[in-house]
Amino acid sequence: MSGTEQPSATRDLVSIKNLSKSFPLTKGFLEQLHFQGGRLVRKRESVKAINGVNLDVKRGEALCVVGESGCGKSTVARVVMGLLQPTAGSIEYDGQRIDNLPPDRLLPVRRKMQMIFQNPYASLNPRMTVQQTLEEPMRFHNPGIGNGELRDKVRTVMDSVGVDPSWTERFPHEFSGGQRQRISIARALMVDPEFIVADEPISALDVSIQAQVLNLMMDAMEQRSLTYLFITHDLSVVEHFGNRVAVMYLGALCELAETRTLFESPRHPYTRALISAIPKLTRERPSHIKLTGEVPTPINLPSGCFFHNRCVYANDRCKVEKPPLLQTDNGSQVACHGIEEGRID
Amino acid sequence: MPLLEVRGLEVKFPIRQYELTALRDVSFSLDKGQRLGIVGESGAGKSVAAFAILNLIGRPGYISKGEIIFEGANLAKMSPQQLRTIRGNRINMIFQDPMMTLNPVLTIGTQMIECLQTHQNLSKGKAREVAIEKLRQVQIPSPHERIDQYPHELSGGMRQRVVIAIALLTDPSVIIADEPTTALDVTIQAEIMELLVELCETSDVALMLITHDLGVVSQVTQRTIVMYAGRVVEEGPTRQIIENARHPYTHGLIDALPERTNPGMRLNQIPGVMPSLNAIPKGCSFHPRCEHQTELCRTELPGYVGQEGIRIACHWVASQEQQQ
Repeated sequence: MSGTEQPSATRDLVSIKNLSKSFPLTKGFLEQLHFQGGRLVRKRESVKAINGVNLDVKRGEALCVVGESGCGKSTVARVVMGLLQPTAGSIEYDGQRIDNLPPDRLLPVRRKMQMIFQNPYASLNPRMTVQQTLEEPMRFHNPGIGNGELRDKVRTVMDSVGVDPSWTERFPHEFSGGQRQRISIARALMVDPEFIVADEPISALDVSIQAQVLNLMMDAMEQRSLTYLFITHDLSVVEHFGNRVAVMYLGALCELAETRTLFESPRHPYTRALISAIPKLTRERPSHIKLTGEVPTPINLPSGCFFHNRCVYANDRCKVEKPPLLQTDNGSQVACHGIEEGRID
Repeated sequence: MPLLEVRGLEVKFPIRQYELTALRDVSFSLDKGQRLGIVGESGAGKSVAAFAILNLIGRPGYISKGEIIFEGANLAKMSPQQLRTIRGNRINMIFQDPMMTLNPVLTIGTQMIECLQTHQNLSKGKAREVAIEKLRQVQIPSPHERIDQYPHELSGGMRQRVVIAIALLTDPSVIIADEPTTALDVTIQAEIMELLVELCETSDVALMLITHDLGVVSQVTQRTIVMYAGRVVEEGPTRQIIENARHPYTHGLIDALPERTNPGMRLNQIPGVMPSLNAIPKGCSFHPRCEHQTELCRTELPGYVGQEGIRIACHWVASQEQQQ
């Protein structure tokens, strides 16, 4: 590190800059050809999963990304982790651009970032014991490590996630879903990362187990001063877990705010609809905001604001001009012409 | 007389030398037009209970004990022919995943007409009219065109609307919905749930809603049953259960929801996990996870206590009642 750089404590840990990712719909060359106005043209379609997302993760925070299925939240997680290459834009980790690094230079960065996946039944190798599963990342990142040290490390980490360290020789099928997710978390913690991307880590678990795993993740965050990028569709968990929330719709951000601000005064019409749809233990019948229509397909994105065809406040400007993410008076950032013009309070 | 009454239902699955008991002594009743919620975590037996009502338990599982009385007849003892006049006609089911429920190679019209003609003596043209009317009722735009489409041409929410339309086709008196909105997004989930409740209300259909989501149960149902390890542990009016749960498991389950804790604080958790069916503890099956356990809990299966309309299977609650 050169001395001219900003001190790392004040710098954003991860910066997502103008990120776009599209997946080509693979078709044969002949299928791409269409007749149009008497001419043969070649048409290529793609699923536009992320469309120009700017997002910074501050050191020590838990940033939640929420949205419905197909909004691109998991794709963001995967691009940040380098599991997918961005179509446009860049990812910076601690001031260093990482999405274009060659594998050997990426390796030291990778050690600092780990991922927890949704389904603990699919993300653990069924033929590896817990010991082998936990050892693997450690051996990979520290080739010279001794067996004794490794065994101690496995025991400490297993203990810290609440899995009995005497079960190291067991296989994943011998554990319940909640225990497996603890093992996935242990695997992520093995290399002492700074940054963890958790993609729906509790969605596959039962209610009573969800609370256990969330508490564990909060404990780990405090003890190890971790930074989380937490992807979820469950807003009731977000209210509890994150410092800040980013709401995504069709691959773009609609709102970015402090968690408390977002739940107390949601601004974007989509955020309002999402929050009103959470089933709560209240007496009255749900009075949720009804959205008209369906989520458009990410193959043919709507013009203007992506949300305009489902928004009751949409006007002509919304149909043609894409709203930028703007700072509002209560500190949240909202991408909505209605808010900007003061049409929506 | 209740519309549907389940008494002492027991379902077993023989597996090699074991015999797993998936349901133990499950009893409940459903009145005309009532909405009943069955809540529990995965493996609690809530889906088995729903399947058992229509005798849909797959081999080698079987109903080993109990009665299912519907309109005066015992469904557990019925011949397959007799049962077919009830299943899909008087008692209908809605399953979790609409893509798995609908046949992907038939248009939705074909599937709806088939269902109608199986149970009612209708011409194809008349059946089509009824089907279009039902699609309109579930708020599918331009039902005349949609009826000739295939399931893959519809979105997830639309498909579940079609499934609801099919469940309502024969004007049943009971609909059993097994996690009908779990596969859907929150905004769609709220819409579908509202629609289902509204339709059941207007046509006076009783709804048995099976779900793991206490929020959904609290907003939709009038009565709730909580299941744990194959047994009903608490039953009562929904508001009573949500606001004043008495069984330690129900209490813990509700307290574990994020909305019951202030933001940023640790969530309330129930320690441990639900036992698997081949290792159900002696006595009360919840005792290893319970903070109120005593010697009695470890040895003896608790019976039911509680005032009218409320049942709780817990020694601790029983001892409190006695003290009062």
